[in-house]
Amino acid sequence: MNSTILKAATRILMALILIFAIYMLLRGHDDPGGGFIGALITSAAFVLYKFAYGSEETRKIMVLDSRGISMLGIGCAIAAGLMSLFTGKTFLTGLWLPAYVEGRIPLPVSTVLLFDIGVYLAVTGAVLTIVLALEEDR
Amino acid sequence: MDDWLILIPVLLPLSTAILAAVLPKSRAVQAGLSVAATALLVFVSLAIFAKAAGGTILTVSLGSWPAPFGIVMVADLLSAVMLCITSIIALATAVYAIADIDRERLHFGFHSFLQFLLCGICGAFLTGDLFNLYVWFEVMLISSFALLSLGGGKRQLYGTIKYIALNLISTLLLLSAIGLLYGMTGHLNLASLAVAVPQVENANLVTATAILFLIAFGIKAAVFPLFFWLPASYHMPPVTVSAIFAGLLTKVGVYALYRVFSLLFTHDVEWTHTILLWVAGLTMVTGVLGAAVQQNIRRILSFHIISQIGYMIMGLALFTKAAILGGVFYTIHHIIVKANLFFIGGIVERRTGNPFVRNMGGLYRVAPWFSLLFLVPALSLAGIPPLSGFWAKFLVIRAGLDEQAWLIVAAALFTGLMTIYSMLKIWNEAFWKRNPERPDASLFDAPPHGSHGAPPLSRAAQFCLLAPCALLAALTIWIGLWPQPFLAVADQIADQLMNNEAYVQAVLHSRQSPLVETMR
Repeated sequence: MNSTILKAATRILMALILIFAIYMLLRGHDDPGGGFIGALITSAAFVLYKFAYGSEETRKIMVLDSRGISMLGIGCAIAAGLMSLFTGKTFLTGLWLPAYVEGRIPLPVSTVLLFDIGVYLAVTGAVLTIVLALEEDR
Repeated sequence: MDDWLILIPVLLPLSTAILAAVLPKSRAVQAGLSVAATALLVFVSLAIFAKAAGGTILTVSLGSWPAPFGIVMVADLLSAVMLCITSIIALATAVYAIADIDRERLHFGFHSFLQFLLCGICGAFLTGDLFNLYVWFEVMLISSFALLSLGGGKRQLYGTIKYIALNLISTLLLLSAIGLLYGMTGHLNLASLAVAVPQVENANLVTATAILFLIAFGIKAAVFPLFFWLPASYHMPPVTVSAIFAGLLTKVGVYALYRVFSLLFTHDVEWTHTILLWVAGLTMVTGVLGAAVQQNIRRILSFHIISQIGYMIMGLALFTKAAILGGVFYTIHHIIVKANLFFIGGIVERRTGNPFVRNMGGLYRVAPWFSLLFLVPALSLAGIPPLSGFWAKFLVIRAGLDEQAWLIVAAALFTGLMTIYSMLKIWNEAFWKRNPERPDASLFDAPPHGSHGAPPLSRAAQFCLLAPCALLAALTIWIGLWPQPFLAVADQIADQLMNNEAYVQAVLHSRQSPLVETMR
């Protein structure tokens, strides 16, 4: 598809969608959202880009190969699980950093978040692998 | 007590899969990684086995969530033994793959998917949570789908579609059954279910759910009449893939049946286990009759998987301690023998260039030792003493005689006889008769225009193909000549399965769980 309107709109929309995806990812710990939903929204952004500019260009703007993204994600998730072993707790036990903003507002930096980011990357990579493969195997 | 050791069989293949996906796709790196990881898996499994054999049941509550709420991983002796066998077959497969898997499949990440598959299998053997079991089945399904379709043409996809369709149906049924059970009891943890299921008032609903589980796991285990996906797909992919599928995948279904029908659904043994018994008998007979008419070597072996599954289900269906002992022993023996037969069948197939026994021949003349190597698992499969299959069949059939289940015993004996016929068919055609086309071709002399287009193999590659066969054949002979330790282990497993008190205690009392008291 070669449409100037779509191309122009995509530049704005993609940024918005990606910001929303990160928002969904981060709020997921206490509210509806999380890594999986965030990943699907992210993939939607890249699929939009693919419609506007083609899969060749889409591959270019992805820093890593889509499979690499998946594997990085699973790696993050495993790492998040293993961290608790160092404190003598069971695999996958959540650990929180005592981090505060301006000394009083607690900032929930945790292995749970890292795990969720892992899910986010794994699903993004998997969906993009499938979508790009569908496009190219004609 | 939390025991992180039992997490390694899941985490090790998973990490290896990631490494294999990101590391360069050269044969040396990929195969080296795969072999090293599976060798390590063997050691870890043996360590778990050593702990479990002492009578302790190892548990881990993931994320420190206590048992009925969080997901627990449990390794009792049955799980530990299945892990050991899995890791041994995995090691054999990884070595065999060095010579068997072509460059294209290697490039598409064969070893990565193989490790994902192992992760799924180990997870299924270890989990103590019904919904988690479903997840592991999904992991297995997705990775086995990838392995089946990887680098294949139309012909290979044809079998893959059947495989995936039937397995998706099975997964769907499994999920509904889990949902029903959860609705009735409010539990997903196997140990709490073992406490809660007998308390459900509507026993008929429990029985109906049990049958749903039987169908769902029955498709996975390829029992009558749900087996037809198996012979349709197992002869298509590379030999390495069919061997690990043949050895392990259906047995995960069998394991799940053992787990569920010994731990949860024992309220109406008369009814549920009688159905199991009929299923067992029909599975044996249809499987072996199906094999009798096949001419494709891997299809013959595929049908024999089905008939052998019947014996394992028979052990569960009779539901006495002796029968469970026999069934467990049978499963151990069968995994080793069946994977080995596929490995050897692959070598035979490679020489002829096509899978039909009528085009084979003359192997005994050019490779007598290799022929002997085939005879060990083949005769063991048929149950000829003193090989492992004899003890396995003997135990199951004796348990049947004790229960005076004459019909199933007759079916089992008939199936054994027919198995000899099939194995002798392969022996006569591939080994004994004169080769119709190239009587003097040596064992690794592939035809110039074979369907594999296989290049001549180096000495090292030949070793990679033969070593796994020799290892597994040695195991078969060992079990056959010195079955006592295996019998002792199977006896202990049967004890644990028939009295699930210890299992429930180990899981629910691993942490002081307030719920346990209220549930009782």
